[in-house]
Order: sequence, then C-alpha cells, then structure tokens
Amino acid sequence: MSDIHDEKIKELEIKANGVRQTVIEMLTEAGSGHTAGSLGMADIFTAFYFHILNHDPKNPDWEERDRLILSNGHITPVRYAAMAHAGYFPIKETLTLRRLGSRFQGHPEREKLPAIETTSGPLGSGLSQAAGIALGGRMDRKKFRTYCFLSDGEHDAGNTWEGVMFAGKNKLSNLTAIIDRNNIQINGMTEDVMPLEPLREKYEAFNWHVIDIDGHNIEEIVNATEQAKAIYEKPTVIIAHTIPGKGIKGIEFDYLWHGKPPKPEEAKKFLTELRTLGGKIKSEHQ
Amino acid sequence: MINKQAKLVDNIFDKDSIERGPTRDGFGKGLVQAGEKDERVVALCADLLESTRMQWFAERFPERYIEIGVAEQNLATVASGLANYGKIPFIASYAVFSPGRNNEQIRTTISLNNVPVKIVGSHAGVSVGPDGATHQALEDIALMRVQPNMTVTVPADVEEARKATIAAAEYDGPVYIRLAREKSSMFTTPDTPFEIGKAQIFFESEEARVAIIVCGNLVHNALLAADNLEKDGIGTIVLNNHTIKPMDNTSVIEMAKKTGAVVTVEEHQIAGGMGSAVAEVLAGEHPVPIEFVGVHDQFGQSGDPDELIEHYNMGVEEIISAVKKVIERKA
Repeated sequence: MSDIHDEKIKELEIKANGVRQTVIEMLTEAGSGHTAGSLGMADIFTAFYFHILNHDPKNPDWEERDRLILSNGHITPVRYAAMAHAGYFPIKETLTLRRLGSRFQGHPEREKLPAIETTSGPLGSGLSQAAGIALGGRMDRKKFRTYCFLSDGEHDAGNTWEGVMFAGKNKLSNLTAIIDRNNIQINGMTEDVMPLEPLREKYEAFNWHVIDIDGHNIEEIVNATEQAKAIYEKPTVIIAHTIPGKGIKGIEFDYLWHGKPPKPEEAKKFLTELRTLGGKIKSEHQ
Repeated sequence: MINKQAKLVDNIFDKDSIERGPTRDGFGKGLVQAGEKDERVVALCADLLESTRMQWFAERFPERYIEIGVAEQNLATVASGLANYGKIPFIASYAVFSPGRNNEQIRTTISLNNVPVKIVGSHAGVSVGPDGATHQALEDIALMRVQPNMTVTVPADVEEARKATIAAAEYDGPVYIRLAREKSSMFTTPDTPFEIGKAQIFFESEEARVAIIVCGNLVHNALLAADNLEKDGIGTIVLNNHTIKPMDNTSVIEMAKKTGAVVTVEEHQIAGGMGSAVAEVLAGEHPVPIEFVGVHDQFGQSGDPDELIEHYNMGVEEIISAVKKVIERKA
C-alpha cells in the first residue's frame, strides 16, 4: 500500500520542477555554488517540505516541529529554494545568495534564517548533531522526528561514522538519515576516491535499519519515511540513489558540475528545458 | 598585602597548612550543583569520566549522562545537537583532545552555530606531569579565544572552578573552562566574589610598581612572589584574570595606568595565550613594558609537576625575576 496518492505525486513532481528552476536562477545570479547536488536532491527536498515534514512555515520555531538537518551544507541552494516555495521566505530574496549582507549564505547559518536548524558545510558533522537533537527530544518524550540529509562523499569522514555508531548504540528510532547516493565527489567517483561499498551492510553492521530507494521517485521517498516510523528499535537510513544534475539532461552524471554554477546562456537553456518539461510541452510555464 | 575584600583564606602564605586540591574537583562539584539547579544540564564524556570528575554528575543523574567513547569530534557535535534542541550540555575530556582534536567541530557547530555547549578541558599545562607532552595542553587558550561567541575561563583553584562551572551553566552561550590535573593551593573561599568577565585584585601593595596579571594554577605562585617582593620593598598588584574572553579590559588598563609595567603569568604557550590577550589590549590603549611568564614555544615532557613548573620557568623565583626585569625596562 502506498502512503501517497497519484494526484499528490503529480503535484509534487511539478513543485520539484519549480524548485529546480529557482535553484538554477539562484546559482546563475550568484555566479558560484553547487549545481549537481542541488538538482539531484530537488525531489527529496520537495517531498519533505510539501508532504513529509510536520512543520509550519508561519511558526518556524514551533517546538514540536520535525527537525531537518542538512549535513552537506553545500547543496543549500535546493534547501533555500524548497523552503522559499513552502513560504519560509520570499523566493525573490533567494537571488541574493552568496552576496555581502545576504541571509542566504554560501553555506547555511542557523542564526541567519528561520528553521534552518544548524550551521553546516564542513562535512561529517551533521549526523552527530541530528543524533544529539533526537536524543534531547527523546529525553523529554517529544514526538517530533529528526531527519538528517547527508552526502555519500562525507562518509569518508570519521565523524560521520562516530555519529552512525552513537545513533546505533542509543537506538534512536526517532532519527532518519537520508543519504544522497549520487556516487560523485569533488575529485571524481566515490568508489575511486575512497570506496564506500558495501554501504548497506556497513550501516546494518552498526545496527541501523536500511532502505534503498530511487531518490527521484516521490512515492518511494514518501513510503520509505513512513516505513522508518514503524521501526522502533533502530535508527533508519534511507540510501537514496540519485542522479547528480537531475532534470537537466546535458549535465546529469557529470561530476564536473559538482561545484560550479551555470553561465547565463546555459541557464536560459536549462530553464527552457525545465519549463517545457524536457520539450514535452510547447509553451513554457512558470 | 592581600586584598581583604577578596575574602581569601587566612593561611594563604603558609605552605604547610594550606589545603591543596585539583581544579577538576571543583568542576565535578560545581557540575552536580548546576545539575540540581537546572534539569536542562546534561553531561557528555569521552571515556574519561573519573579523571575529569564528571563521574560525580553521572552517579547523581545517570539519566542525564551520555557516554560518547573515545571520539572527541562526536563529543562536540552530539553536544551541539543537544544544545540546539534546548539542553545545556557540558562536555569533558583532556584539553589536548577537546578543544584540541575537535577544534573545527567546535568552531562550526558550537561557536558559529552559537549554541550553549560548555567545553571542559582538563589536564591543561605541564603540571599534568608524568604523562608527558602528548597529554599536556599548552595551546588551548589560544585555540578557544580566537573563536567569536566563545567565552574562555581559567579558574585559579578548586572553589573558583566550582563557581565557574555554575556560572557557565547559567551563561547564555558557548563557554570553555580550562582545568588542571595536579593539586594546587586552595586559597579562595565561598565568599570570594566571582563573575565571568570580571577580574579581581587579590593583592595590592601601597606603592605598586608592577601589575602581575595571572590566571589558573599559577595565581597562588604569583601571590607568593608578590608577598616576597613586598618584603623586599617592591610593591605589586596581583590581578586574577580568570576570564580571558571577554577580558576585563577596564581592569587591565587600569592596572597598567596605575603601575606602568605588567608581568603576565600563565601555564600556556606565550604565543596566543592570556598574556598575548593582555598585550593586545594594552598595545592599543595604554602601552607599557610587559614581561611574559609562560612556555616559550616548546612542548612539555614527563616529570614531577612542581619540577616541571620550575623547569619551564613558571615558578615563584621566575615571577620575581620577571617583575625585577620589567621594572628595569620602565622609562
């Protein structure tokens, strides 16, 4: 049985397309930033901010809100875009990304924006913070869930595994990690730089429940987070297999797009591709 | 003479009768009291429960104690999450590991994130003794005082460490507390005033020619030096500069104006330590000759704690020489 109906899935897919457009506009305007990872996580961020998270953009400090921790802060453009579309801040203001005085820092800062939860960017530190939040909530018998998004590349860092071990030991079933398994990092393919496989078995060995999904399939994303709620004895990790650069055919899978923004003429093409749903419809929609 | 308002013990200069204890004991007691006062206080330790004295809290409040294992980066980041949620976490390890090994995690997830984690670095200084250089933190004040949002305190004795711990729990922001392994003279009392960011005059001669600005275990040595100097007709002031950041600039400048010369004393590298912080303030506001007593760009080594303090030129005689030297440099 699915936890989401077809109409909603369609609505979220269109929403994700809009989030991708905002990401392209933001990065192009900034002239620097991380395109591949941001596009690759657009479906997951959209599913979270428009369906999965228990949150209230009008009351961002709400104590009972689910916490979403972004460990690999460099893909923050997609978080900014999804949150802006959800009503946390004006979409237009996200175009100030990376400018002097902007609330939209190159890597996110907790005190600059509502509900951004943690300052992040330096890799390997997010999962432990999420575990701390989840543990604090459990000590006070809070019902909220803590989600941590992390990259595959940051599994090179010891701190990540310290967090994995800690969450496993403490059976933090209110914690769900989502790994952006896109197989690329700055120096190339993850399996060449520092092999992570077998990733599923590693997590299982640390006493986590593991679910593999297609990170672009809204239904699978939603169902996996629902399944995680039913696992009482362990934290859950969702290994989301994603395509870096997803949505723009010409840059998909290309690790060279990890850390660069589109040039203005490229952006125009990319936006047309998104607005016509890859040429499926003739007139562009906003 | 001793400043009566500081309410120090009466037998302060009696080496035989003065009680001795390690500042980590004061932390251990203070943490239990902080935990009694506020149930948001939680404690995390990286497999050094007994030697950091966090054990007393863990025994009293087992449900609020979180074991991390030998993983100081995790110690800092899990605590960051707990503080972010609404707890007041104290994290304890040896200073070489925390804030040493986990420095970037402290920078990003505690200081920049600006969440109220209280970092307790024990076993600072060469007085760690036999364990040797690997375990003797001599750079932790420097590491912590360069981080925005971070408050840095170095208690002078057991009682002051107890007060600093309680004050840290009540202080809204990240705090670093530096502690020592070795016993040192216990000379402050429950009535001695303590406030984060407020230095105290512990000793003042009638005609003070030098201000000795000091922190931590060596405050008592500075007082012994001041007493000896006064007997020889050389007047000084001893300022207990327990908060390195935010430093009590007003008192430091006032001392420099009053005496025209400064000696700083700390069990830390001279580079980047408390003395450097004093020099930064005085260079801008009221330049006077300064002599620095501390470790001169060296690592420590194994030995007896008292012997090491002497070997690295931080003993009473060395403080006396520094005072005499700075007087010669006065115009």
